[in-house]
Amino acid sequence: MKTKKVAYLGVFLALALILSYVESLIPFYFGIPGVKLGLTNLVVVVMLYCTGTKEAFGISMMRIVLAGFLFGNMFSILYSLAGGILSFLIMYLLKKIGKLNVVSVSVAGGISHNIGQLVVAAVVVETYNIFYYMPVLMIAGVLTGFLIGILGQEFIRRFQILNKTQK
Amino acid sequence: MRLLNKKRIGKNDIVFIGGLLAIAVFLFVLMQFVRGGSGAYVEVTVDGEVYGTYALAENQTVEIKKDGKVTNVLSIRDGKADMTDADCPDLLCVHQRAISKEDETIVCLPNKVVVKIIKAKEKNNIDSIAG
Repeated sequence: MKTKKVAYLGVFLALALILSYVESLIPFYFGIPGVKLGLTNLVVVVMLYCTGTKEAFGISMMRIVLAGFLFGNMFSILYSLAGGILSFLIMYLLKKIGKLNVVSVSVAGGISHNIGQLVVAAVVVETYNIFYYMPVLMIAGVLTGFLIGILGQEFIRRFQILNKTQK
Repeated sequence: MRLLNKKRIGKNDIVFIGGLLAIAVFLFVLMQFVRGGSGAYVEVTVDGEVYGTYALAENQTVEIKKDGKVTNVLSIRDGKADMTDADCPDLLCVHQRAISKEDETIVCLPNKVVVKIIKAKEKNNIDSIAG
């Protein structure tokens, strides 16, 4: 059982890193720093539902640090960490309340990821009007979070069915 | 492990996402009212300190230097300010659109350069005291 878990986590981390790479290849600019497609959030959402909170958080953090060294720089690690931790916290709480489905959890994660990054950016550059970008960040977060949520939901259903038939 | 219920998007989700979108649109509309018309000057700050203020009416190219090295190039043309070059790898600031309205900003995070449109040239009291 333990070996199986290690293998699963390894696959998830690899998947998250590949999605990071894919995202770094797509020239997807909203014209605002901090807004990204959030493909890797797919892995976090799926893990939150399928493997548990601790594992999801661990993989998310490892992904950010590794992807930062591979495709980014120290700055991008800092921004990603802020966004990653905030969005994880929000998604975890929403999931725990249990009134909402995967799509909503993912949307909330998308928005909070963008906001977390922007807050750090504002702190770093010292003079930066965050609230000016708030609406755009929210709309972008809803759109990308929605897409990721739909994908994640399908993934989670299949994953759970697979797990059930294996036992 | 409990299977997810069959319904993919429930009533709660529609209310939640709809609510967020409504807030976003409300804020967006609010911003349009709060935001002033077109600004007259561009203020460049590096590391939170004012680097220089330039008139939008004048076509010019501003080289932003840090430690004697040119880090960013700002072009002012036809009343719009646009970052045309930067030495950072991601070039996010260069990809941003040209700005002309008050409070609009272009930010280069790696170099901590902020370009902001302001209405009027302000006297920087902090600098004159410190200087």
